[in-house]
Amino acid sequence: MSETTPGGSPPDAKPLLQTIGLTKRYGTFLANDGIDTEIWPRQIHALLGENGAGKSTLVKLIYGLLQPSAGEMRWEGHVMVLAGPAQARARGIGMVFQHFSLFDNLTVAENVALGLDGKESFKDISARLREVSRLYGLPLDPKREVWQLSVGERQRIEIVRALMQNPRFLILDEPTSVLTPQEADQLFAVLERLKAEGRAILYISHKLDEVKRLCDTATILRTGRKVATCSPKAETAGSLARMMVGTEIKEIRAATRAARMPRLVVNHLDLVPDDPHGVRLDDVSLELKGGEILGMAGVAGNGQDELFAALSGERLVEQSNAIVIEGIAAGALSITARRRLGAAFVPEERLGHGTAPRMKLSDNTLLTGHAAPGMVRHGFVDTQRVLAAVDRITESFDVRKARRDPEAASLSGGNLQKFVVGREILQNPGVLVVSQPTWGVDAGAATVIRQALLDLAAGGTAVLVISQDLDELIEITDRIAVMFHGRLSASLKTADATREQLGLLMGGSHPGQEDTAHAARA
Amino acid sequence: MQLVLEKRAEQSTAAALVSPLVAIAATLATMSLLLALLGKNPAAALIVYFVDPLTDGYSLQEIAVKATPLVMIAVGLALCYLANAWNIGAEGQFLIGAVAGSWIAVKTQGTDAGHWVLPAMLASAAIAGALYALIPAIGKVRFGASEILTSLMLVYVAELFLDYLVRGPWRDPAGFNFPTTAEFDPVATVPVLVEGGRLHLGAILALLAVAAAAVLLGRTLKGFEIRVVGAAPRAARFAGFDPDRAILVTFAVSGALAGLAGIIEVAGPIGHLQPGISPGYGFTAIIVAFLGRLNPVGILIAGLFLALTFIGGEQAQIAMKIPLDVTKVFQGILLFYVLACDSLILYRFRFISKSPGVLRGTG
Repeated sequence: MSETTPGGSPPDAKPLLQTIGLTKRYGTFLANDGIDTEIWPRQIHALLGENGAGKSTLVKLIYGLLQPSAGEMRWEGHVMVLAGPAQARARGIGMVFQHFSLFDNLTVAENVALGLDGKESFKDISARLREVSRLYGLPLDPKREVWQLSVGERQRIEIVRALMQNPRFLILDEPTSVLTPQEADQLFAVLERLKAEGRAILYISHKLDEVKRLCDTATILRTGRKVATCSPKAETAGSLARMMVGTEIKEIRAATRAARMPRLVVNHLDLVPDDPHGVRLDDVSLELKGGEILGMAGVAGNGQDELFAALSGERLVEQSNAIVIEGIAAGALSITARRRLGAAFVPEERLGHGTAPRMKLSDNTLLTGHAAPGMVRHGFVDTQRVLAAVDRITESFDVRKARRDPEAASLSGGNLQKFVVGREILQNPGVLVVSQPTWGVDAGAATVIRQALLDLAAGGTAVLVISQDLDELIEITDRIAVMFHGRLSASLKTADATREQLGLLMGGSHPGQEDTAHAARA
Repeated sequence: MQLVLEKRAEQSTAAALVSPLVAIAATLATMSLLLALLGKNPAAALIVYFVDPLTDGYSLQEIAVKATPLVMIAVGLALCYLANAWNIGAEGQFLIGAVAGSWIAVKTQGTDAGHWVLPAMLASAAIAGALYALIPAIGKVRFGASEILTSLMLVYVAELFLDYLVRGPWRDPAGFNFPTTAEFDPVATVPVLVEGGRLHLGAILALLAVAAAAVLLGRTLKGFEIRVVGAAPRAARFAGFDPDRAILVTFAVSGALAGLAGIIEVAGPIGHLQPGISPGYGFTAIIVAFLGRLNPVGILIAGLFLALTFIGGEQAQIAMKIPLDVTKVFQGILLFYVLACDSLILYRFRFISKSPGVLRGTG
């Protein structure tokens, strides 16, 4: 520890945090190149940039997870050197990560306790956890084990944990990507309140509307350099996007599609979860024709994971005709058999579920590709064909990577997501079920993925998109149904649906809708 | 200055190759210290251990003979470990294989049974080893019992069972009450490769096992399945692979190989069933598997190296009166360093400066 933290300096006289020429070098690659920023108390500061622009690196430097190669940071005008995150926390810097750092087998309270540096008793922590989560409207059951929680609930733990450290400076990495509009509004209220309490907030997001609405200042990064500091309220979403990517982002276009035969049908699916805390699927029905995109909205943890598992065959269904793929009863078929019927699946979690993180892209191509003929003959893997498939995915979906066949975990989130979606789309599926297609992905990659889904549907594929991002669903789907407590609402035509209507359905009410099928609620 | 471990973005291939060598170097350094404390000249002792056995033909053959069971068992263990199934009981599967094979040898003793005896012994040993290994595997899959504990405990069951047989029903009536069966008939013996030598057919089988495992893991969908199940179970299920099935299959294969190694040892170099047929091959093979980076070819090299420590240890006992236990200490230290050095593959060392104002990192 090199400098002293003065207690009595006047507020707002100098920035809370200042970076001067901050640089991080990996070999010859400059992840951050001479970045100057100032972060003031009572301010929400946006950090914008595409994937790979250097946002995560900058944040890790500020949080002490990485050490800079050159340049310096000043905390209230004094040089600050951080050997690790504990020192950052000691100064009052808190962080909510995009990828959660939680122990699956521990409870919510235990996870929070582990993240705190003090010597507080476990009982006090649990009590304070309840208090903070109530105060800020972030409901959490301290006794639940993390593995049973949805992504949205896991994020709440991270936010509450950071707030319990009473930070003077809070960093949030893409916090709204898993929230409903209403939940996001609640979060914004929390952030406004934190700001009013005199704290500084660094807000990383790719949702430009949010940034415009919430943030006072924005620092925009591109390829490791700062390209601008601006006031987002004075900019348009278009001008912000231009600064981020350097070019105009192209509009997604929807081709007109003719409806065809149903390719995916779910008939009154009831499913008791394996996990006692899971959600029970209750009389879920849907029908999806070729060329159609159906959106499934809903707050995380309302049965979407269970439905995805039932559709993919990771969880088998006793009544085989509860799930019909291409006219064939598939409820009792394995995921491999369903792939052979022409179905493809993209799970929500790209690391560990959609891919094996520490295996190469070629292995990860084989992961789902082995079901179709071509890659495997008589039990032997045709390595050349698998590599050729990797090249095709890379080229078609602009997957940026250092080598021809790197490990999945070495790709940035957006690039890996393009790979995972591209891998399934290039199988040319008749039915595609995709969960959170653009979670934590930058605007450029999200556009590529959404356009690919539209093109696939235009080619006659039935596409089911499970997403918590309403904007995304409204942008690309033909119909939207909402999942709540394991039940699926009747679908609404996207063109006719209002945000308010959908938001209410996500909260469990049925706004002015005669929903006879679900009238008798269990 | 402060030393930190930093996670690598990707596993380093160079580190994967260097890590076993670093482990061996660190082991040798620690051993030198230990030998010096025992009052021996470390340099002279290490030469007796690691150089002398390589200089004469007899010792070289003996190394291959010792490496045969080690390599055969370790190849099976590697399959288990890659699938994240922790078979620690190869020693027990080895002994049960030896017992099951010996049963045929004992029952046909003195009859005019033909050349079917040895193949039947090998087959029954492999089947018995596989079945014995399936006990902990089924316990794991059906009841969630820790296979580490159950497979280890079954080693002692196998040891006592063998002990009972050679002291009781199978004891050689002409054996002066020693706990051993009679010498096996020629048709129940693994043939040597060169007349008058010690190297036997088992060495060829071990090489075949290495080749088969290399093809399985490197080229086939089944091998891919095993690797995915171990590396990312949820992704494996998404791929349509059943982790439970992978545990059962790898345990069975590993048990079969261990059982085969057991009967080959008994019907080959030893020639009869007795207690103490294994100087801990099943446990040493765990070291071999990890030192060989769970790679079949690596295991072949590591098996020869560990066999060298057995032979060197015997010679050091004769030439320098160094206790044989030192060899076991050596093997233990080696496993310790191998596992420690593995972190180099996923992490790298970095010095970070704590001095104020200087923000230059070394990364």
